[in-house]
Amino acid sequence: MAKHDLNPLTALGHDLPEVIAIGPYLIKERFDVALASVAMRRGRDKDLAKAAKAAGVPLPAPARAEIVTPYSAFWVAPEMWIVEADFGSHEDIAGHLKLVLGDAASITEQTDAWVRFDISAADLSPLLERLSNLDLASLPIGYASRTVIEHLGAYLIKRRETEVTLYGPRASAQSLLHALEVTAKSVI
Amino acid sequence: MSQVNRISGGQIDRTQSIRFTFDGQPYAGHPGDTLASALLANGVQLMGRSFKYHRPRGPLSAGSEEPNALVELRSGARQEPNTRATVAELFDGLTANSQNRWPSLRFDALAINDRLNTFFTAGFYYKTFMWPAAFWEKVYEPIIRRAAGLGSMSRLEDPDEYDKGFLHCDLLIIGAGPAGLMAALTAGRAGARVILADEDFRMGGRLNAETYAVGDQAGADWAAAAVAELASLPNVRLMNRTTVVGAFDHGIYSAVERVSDHLPTPLPGKPRQTLWRIYSAHAISAGGATERPVAFENNDRPGIMLAGSLRAFANRWGVAAGDRVAVFTNNDDGLRSAKDLQAKGVDVVAVIDCREGGDLLPGIRHLRGAEVIDSGGRLGLKSISVRQSSGKTEVIRVNALGVSGGWNPNVNITSHHRSRPEWRADIAAFVPGAGGPDNLISAGAAAGILSTHGALATGQAQALVVLERLGRSAKPAALPKAEDAPIAISPLWYVHHGKGRAWIDPQNDVTIKDVKLAHQENFSSVEHLKRYTTLGMATDQGKTGNVIGLAVMAELTGRSIPETGTTIYRPPYTPVAMGTLAGRSRGKEFKPFRLTPSHKWATEQGAVFVEVGNWLRAQWLPREGETHWRQSVDREVLATRKSVGICDVTTLGKIDIQGTDAGAFLDRVYANTFSTLAVGKCRYGLMLREDGMVFDDGTTARMGEHEFVMTTTTANAVTVFRHLEYCRQCLWPDMDVQLISTTEAWAQYSVAGPNARRLLQKIVDQDISDVAFPYMGAGNVTVCGGLRARLFRISFSGELAYEIAVPTRYGDAMIRKLVEAGAEYDAVVYGTETLGVMRIEKGHVAGNELNGQSTALNMGLGKMVSKKKDSIGMAMAQREGMNNPAGYRLVGVKPVDAANALTAGSHFLEIGAAPIVENDGGWLTSMVYSPHLGSHIALGYLRGGDQKIGRRMRAVNFLNKTDIEVEIVSPHFFDPEGERLRG
Amino acid sequence: MIINHPILGPRDAQEFVYLGDANLINRPDGLTASPQEMHDYVYLRTNPAGEHRELWYHEQGDRSWLVVTRNTVTHEITKVELARDVARQMGRSK
Repeated sequence: MAKHDLNPLTALGHDLPEVIAIGPYLIKERFDVALASVAMRRGRDKDLAKAAKAAGVPLPAPARAEIVTPYSAFWVAPEMWIVEADFGSHEDIAGHLKLVLGDAASITEQTDAWVRFDISAADLSPLLERLSNLDLASLPIGYASRTVIEHLGAYLIKRRETEVTLYGPRASAQSLLHALEVTAKSVI
Repeated sequence: MSQVNRISGGQIDRTQSIRFTFDGQPYAGHPGDTLASALLANGVQLMGRSFKYHRPRGPLSAGSEEPNALVELRSGARQEPNTRATVAELFDGLTANSQNRWPSLRFDALAINDRLNTFFTAGFYYKTFMWPAAFWEKVYEPIIRRAAGLGSMSRLEDPDEYDKGFLHCDLLIIGAGPAGLMAALTAGRAGARVILADEDFRMGGRLNAETYAVGDQAGADWAAAAVAELASLPNVRLMNRTTVVGAFDHGIYSAVERVSDHLPTPLPGKPRQTLWRIYSAHAISAGGATERPVAFENNDRPGIMLAGSLRAFANRWGVAAGDRVAVFTNNDDGLRSAKDLQAKGVDVVAVIDCREGGDLLPGIRHLRGAEVIDSGGRLGLKSISVRQSSGKTEVIRVNALGVSGGWNPNVNITSHHRSRPEWRADIAAFVPGAGGPDNLISAGAAAGILSTHGALATGQAQALVVLERLGRSAKPAALPKAEDAPIAISPLWYVHHGKGRAWIDPQNDVTIKDVKLAHQENFSSVEHLKRYTTLGMATDQGKTGNVIGLAVMAELTGRSIPETGTTIYRPPYTPVAMGTLAGRSRGKEFKPFRLTPSHKWATEQGAVFVEVGNWLRAQWLPREGETHWRQSVDREVLATRKSVGICDVTTLGKIDIQGTDAGAFLDRVYANTFSTLAVGKCRYGLMLREDGMVFDDGTTARMGEHEFVMTTTTANAVTVFRHLEYCRQCLWPDMDVQLISTTEAWAQYSVAGPNARRLLQKIVDQDISDVAFPYMGAGNVTVCGGLRARLFRISFSGELAYEIAVPTRYGDAMIRKLVEAGAEYDAVVYGTETLGVMRIEKGHVAGNELNGQSTALNMGLGKMVSKKKDSIGMAMAQREGMNNPAGYRLVGVKPVDAANALTAGSHFLEIGAAPIVENDGGWLTSMVYSPHLGSHIALGYLRGGDQKIGRRMRAVNFLNKTDIEVEIVSPHFFDPEGERLRG
Repeated sequence: MIINHPILGPRDAQEFVYLGDANLINRPDGLTASPQEMHDYVYLRTNPAGEHRELWYHEQGDRSWLVVTRNTVTHEITKVELARDVARQMGRSK
């Protein structure tokens, strides 16, 4: 990217992402991920699948995430995904994707629409069963779904039994973190 | 006072003593006690005063069905009224007070109501406070409100926290008595995901209150062993202190877990209670049964309680409710109470059994064919009057009486979907009827199977039914041996004797007399009976009394009980605190906040914030020396119009619309045309509802051939997006259109004023001269040497203006950069008030005008609705009534005397016209003070307003009593030709 | 209530926004429809005590509009379809 002197702030309003440990729960704000939505243009199934495959952009099945490099992705709506990449190398992720996917998809930068928290603990259930109605215990690894957390719509990705990613609305990052913190403190 | 009534045994920890107070008196109890059991142990029977008659009352029961022993628990902000002493778990330092009495529990002035009882019968309110009607609100209601109700609120903010959560299971078992435990063992051993919930702090249900064995163990020990085994199973979740309060659709149940109520205060960070939403594939109702009394005169005295509860106090808590005890029963279970008490060494003076013949209890004075007809004792039971089978009456001195009229299966939760319970004559009780919640089945006493063996057997059998439906195989374990006594009951609802009052619903003070009166006045359907007498309408929902009331009505009407029918129960099973329903959503946590990208900077500047939806927006930004908001706003407006102002407009909804049909799609959803918009340009768009009313407005830019960015109002961002998805999926499913919200992805700032371009040119890397970036231009640019950004040349203020958007993470840096670059132009940052002043000066509509009842024509935008293409709302906007030339039109309003302030909401009247509805000409929608014009100005909807420009009228407001002469003007107060914004 | 989403499986009705009668899909063309036809479309709805086809929007989910066949008396849900598929079956296209 071109040079400029604008200092970025994290969604929580700081220079550096926060890491918060509450009992066994570790909540890490992630500031190093670029996001773009990829929505298939009508009737372009084959074109998109081919271009995505060639470029290494996964387009997982409904309610699933696929975590690979350089691009990961999770399903958000019929024929729509959010693609993740390293921010350092892909700050202009929409530009990168437009180059490889062409006009087979509508691509929109989403990096700063979201705040991302990676939450890990040996047993996440006591925390998440107080926040989301998803049945975490029975969900497969790689499950991805929108869910409601204290009035906020958020995407939850089950990365492994002991770790989930939450993408919540960036403007409400502090409210979402507050919900995570008070709930974590109530179950330790 | 010592624990004079404490006897041997029970599941209390006698090695520890717990101190507590009741009405200021100190007492002691043990871990495992409830407040009721501890008070009884200390010889205290009197615990409250009744609702209407202020009669002295003690506990009727030992459980959650309790109607009488309601107390105020704790003190200060944690004071909780109407807590049932029978389920309040004792803790060290507990304080409780009696309620509904003054000056004291023993002497209560309002006990005079008891003497006036003939006055306070059913229908009292309906008959007494009818006339004059005007008296109700001012006189009657305040008096009644003061006299009515039981406990009092602290009126302080609840210091505790409450939480919510979600659980999932294959099988939810409600109640951990013998049936529930056996069901949980069966399903748990088979590997099913089981939740076992019980309202009690100790699982086991009636097994804890009985003396009989299960297998070769005491019942309570078997229960403890079962709980231990269940606790070892990872697929079973045990939830004690958890009441399942409601059954909802499709296997959803709500349950309240009392996380901290057994502690003086919640542990740090812990909620007081948690409201669980339980998603279950199947559920078993194993909530047991509730005993009911037999009504007789003065049957509400402290010391008169249910026989099974008397037995529970003795067996579970080692408490005799009195030292001279009698039992009045119509069934064999009542005899069991007498035997258990006798075995505990309590002096059982007599058993009064209404049934004739049969075996006599050994070693007890067992009066057959006898009835209790009255009782004596002012603040507690001293004697009962017994009518023997011979007709002879006898007064027997006792200080506790157990009454058993039979057991009602707990059908409560099974009737939450309006299923009517069915009458079973053999047990003289209602059992769950057909049509209850899907996949909810009952077991044990809740199903009308009243023996311990029956509970174990049906608990196992119903669990096997569930396992089969879940597709799991299970081998039934051998059932432990347990008592299987048949039910021998001879229904007796109330004792026919005398003219005194016999209570059936003690919490609402409903007596047999009230039922008779209801019948006499033709309120004889059960639903009328309930509402006329208030039977069963107290917080206990009549768990002990309803059946008696309708049995009496059946007798009076000559119908059978099934013909008479029964009212049903509603959630919640037991009362739920409002705080529990609110969870964490209160105070500052009522809803999440949304912070704008400039929030951190604005906070540093001391900005005053306003909540707009969930957003916190800067309302104005005071500078040193400014003491009134108007000073700040006037300064912001004048500075912007003079030079340049900056405003955070991120909150406006932004929707990315792409696809080869994106232009055609916009033509359908906007009343005006967008498919012809050139790439790199934007246009104001008006969105209608299908009924022709204006829905929303905003500017939409064409960023590429197949790529648009739509702006919505802040308030409608969500509903517009929903509407677009509806149009895309339901109306035109084959259009190639893709949508995604980008509201929060971009930090967007408006830069407005004559020096806007000069300021921005210092930041934007490309040429933004009028030629290179003309009015209504839009495009991708870079700023500060290369950061991707979007620039729109649009204006809400009427000034030369741009909106610049950068990725949100750079929003904080951008506001600082804009302020720094603007310093040489004396740039100001302005808030929503200044935004409002400038848009009204320009006659732009906003929320007050976009009120859901206004058409494009009303707003003066009628020409924007294209009739050449189909769009949402276009057809309906053509209706005659919506095109009335004399209809509302947006106008500007100025006071004739500039010193007069206007008020939004004022109505237009012709000069000299009477202020009546017929003369109403419309109303003022938005009002501000315009520092530029030096007076208040307003927008308004005026009938035929476009024909009335220049006319003088009045703006009348009855609320603040103003009547101001105004001049109707064009809504475009400022720069009507728009020369400034094209500059 | 639980709505068995055709793509995502059972989801709590709390995640959805309710619109009403699925007949809203049958939108007449605004240029050719008679005023009466348009009026009936906008204002007249059946409100049966019994089986009803309704539009629900999975706002806190995948943003699908669904046609839910629900008994308004018992809340029994017998069919859930993607509204886009239903619209196409009803002959709607662009």
